[in-house]
Amino acid sequence: MSVAESVRDRLDALPDIGLVAGFMGAIWAIMLVLALSVGGAEWANLAAGFIGSVTVLIGGYAILALALNLQWGYTGLFNIGIAGFMAVGAYTTAILTAPTDPAAGAVAGLGLPLWVGLLGGMLAAAVIGGLAALPALRLKADYLAIVTVAFSEVIRLTVNWSGLAEFSLFGRTLGTGGATGISFESANDVAGSLVNGVGAPVAAAFQGVGVSAPNLANLTYGLMLMAVVGASYWVFARLTNSPFGRVLKAIREDETVTQSLGKDTRVFKIKTFMIGCALMGLAGVLFRGQAGYISPSQFRPTITFYVFAALIIGGSGSNTGSILGAATFSGLLFYLPARIGENVPLGTRAPSNIVEAVAALGSLDPFPLVAYTVGNVSTLRFVLIGVVLIYIIQNQPDGLLGHRNEPAASVDLDRSRADLGGESDE
Amino acid sequence: MGLVANAGDSRAAVVDRPGAVAVAAVLGYLVLDLVVKLSGISVFFLGMQVLGGSLELGSLLSMVIDGLLVGLAVGLAGIGLSMTYSILDFANFAHGDTVTAGAFLGWVAAYIAAGLGTGAPIAELFMLNSGRQLSTVSTFVPVLLGLVVAGVGSVGVTLLVDRLTYRPMRAAGNISLLIASIGVALAMRYLIAFVFGTQTSGVASGGLRITFFGTVSMTDNEVTLLVVSLLLMLAVHLLLQRTKLGKAMRAMADNEDLARVTGIPTERVIRLTWILGGGLAGVGGYLLVLESGTISFNFGWILLLLIFAAVIVGGIGSIYGAMAGGVLIGLVDSLALIWLPSGLTRAAAFLVLIVVLLLRPSGIFGGVTTA
Repeated sequence: MSVAESVRDRLDALPDIGLVAGFMGAIWAIMLVLALSVGGAEWANLAAGFIGSVTVLIGGYAILALALNLQWGYTGLFNIGIAGFMAVGAYTTAILTAPTDPAAGAVAGLGLPLWVGLLGGMLAAAVIGGLAALPALRLKADYLAIVTVAFSEVIRLTVNWSGLAEFSLFGRTLGTGGATGISFESANDVAGSLVNGVGAPVAAAFQGVGVSAPNLANLTYGLMLMAVVGASYWVFARLTNSPFGRVLKAIREDETVTQSLGKDTRVFKIKTFMIGCALMGLAGVLFRGQAGYISPSQFRPTITFYVFAALIIGGSGSNTGSILGAATFSGLLFYLPARIGENVPLGTRAPSNIVEAVAALGSLDPFPLVAYTVGNVSTLRFVLIGVVLIYIIQNQPDGLLGHRNEPAASVDLDRSRADLGGESDE
Repeated sequence: MGLVANAGDSRAAVVDRPGAVAVAAVLGYLVLDLVVKLSGISVFFLGMQVLGGSLELGSLLSMVIDGLLVGLAVGLAGIGLSMTYSILDFANFAHGDTVTAGAFLGWVAAYIAAGLGTGAPIAELFMLNSGRQLSTVSTFVPVLLGLVVAGVGSVGVTLLVDRLTYRPMRAAGNISLLIASIGVALAMRYLIAFVFGTQTSGVASGGLRITFFGTVSMTDNEVTLLVVSLLLMLAVHLLLQRTKLGKAMRAMADNEDLARVTGIPTERVIRLTWILGGGLAGVGGYLLVLESGTISFNFGWILLLLIFAAVIVGGIGSIYGAMAGGVLIGLVDSLALIWLPSGLTRAAAFLVLIVVLLLRPSGIFGGVTTA
């Protein structure tokens, strides 16, 4: 039995909620151990910082992976324009909520409350997603991929364009801020006010052990994101177990059969695309716009591929797998190596480039190469992510939990015919 | 009679293919506008300028040349993408990083060859850091050597990647292969960043400016790009049309099983496809750096979508389509500046890609595979 299989069997034995909680707990424990080993007297503050950041990352990627899983895992729509739909949501929210009297040099917005902005952002992302889906549905999966990634670049280049940085509409000045970006009411402030308001006694206890206020707010924000993940999970679990969800799975398995059963698959696909894009838009503002600031460079196509990596590690077709994949990707592959690399003391002999590092090998001194490698681990982690992606697609194409791919039928198809009373040689 | 039938036809065309008619209308407007602009007339309607403006013939020609040069290199790189797309049946997202890898290998070789004798430290040369700017005229031999190393080196890289990644999964579906190529792209790009860092280095600048017809001028590096890419395209054409390999490739693109039954060694043809496609990608990258003068770890990745645009506009699987699509996309990328602000020209190239995929997924030269 391979390692992956035994891990998978053990994962299978747990109920989904326990699986996610155990996974998160393990990642938090790793962060705590790291903080304890490098933090010294400052360990509590450092641990809060690590755990807060990793929770925000996991929350953000989990929302995105859930949205992508609905589109790709359930319906087979290969959307690699995630960054573009995130940008639509984030920019709509930003323009709706940016203050009407901005600081010098900043762009004005409509000054609406944050919840209106969030709803508006989701709505805009859904509408744009629907418009993108409308013609794209006729395409093969790999063409759809190229159309959506090109579309996301068109969106990024458009908001980056200086002509839209500031313009007048019905007598009000607003805009995208162009390449410099746009500031708006930050969702993080909500976490901050929670910490200072309702949660003040708890906050005082944390601050007593040396956790700084920004770190505490960040941790609170991470937990709030996890609550959004929980809500999305609940909605999607309901959705995918409903008759609507069964049609989606049927489309993934065989679209022609689904059509011949009288389902208008185009309508289902467009609806799915819109729901997924709405959630991507929400993640765009909650995740990328956490600090109340967004700029076009945060919405490059690379983030799309990170979400794909997360979903493939977890296993497409499984909502629980999406969350576990997001946790594995962002916690263990993306965040952890960079923090370890930062906190390893390298001494003064770390070379500035790889030639000196390799040259030292000639005099049988491996230390410079090791030091160079550790010092550049934040670059190397992407190589690791790429290799993991290749390994999984070659050896474990279902990911951690994708083999639990729910069948399109509501009855168990695996039971043998004999159980049903048929003859054995039927 | 004929006229009536014609009118009926065009009415049918408007009803049947509204998209194509809209595209034709936009194209017609742009051509008309260009002619009016060149003659320096402005046409106003309801107080808005609807046609014309001013445009110097000289600046139009230099835009055309810019677009042509970038387009040729993109087309060269696109040949490989188009071939793997039709023969192995998947969209290779690692192709842009093959372009980068070939360019880095070639430029390191050129830099070391040019710097050998000048006393510059080898580490500075390897890191492309010595600040020296190469050009075809002043350092002909190193530039030529770099060109060869870029081609050969990227062949090595592609063969290694194929052996490690794609060969164990020949039977897998095209989406699995696509995802594997995303992994390859990430790993390759950041390995390059690990070795060479993430900064942008200036490595080349034109040594000599040649003026044509009194108005248009090109540097020696640009002439090199033009000549080398045209020669390589001709060579690819001869290879595919005159040799058995070309026939085998076209057969495999049409139907792999049938090709194998006929006795075509499919695995060997696949290897040769990688060799040809990888080598051309590396040379394309090297030439692009020669023309633009700067190199950085992610320039091929940024270029990838443009290469995809070229391949799809030309028609996937069609080698000539990739070449023509490259030139077309290069021209769109540069000529869009006449009508659009500079921040949106790249968006225009991608819009062309989207429109072609939606209206004519088989590409402008579609219907032909690997011919």
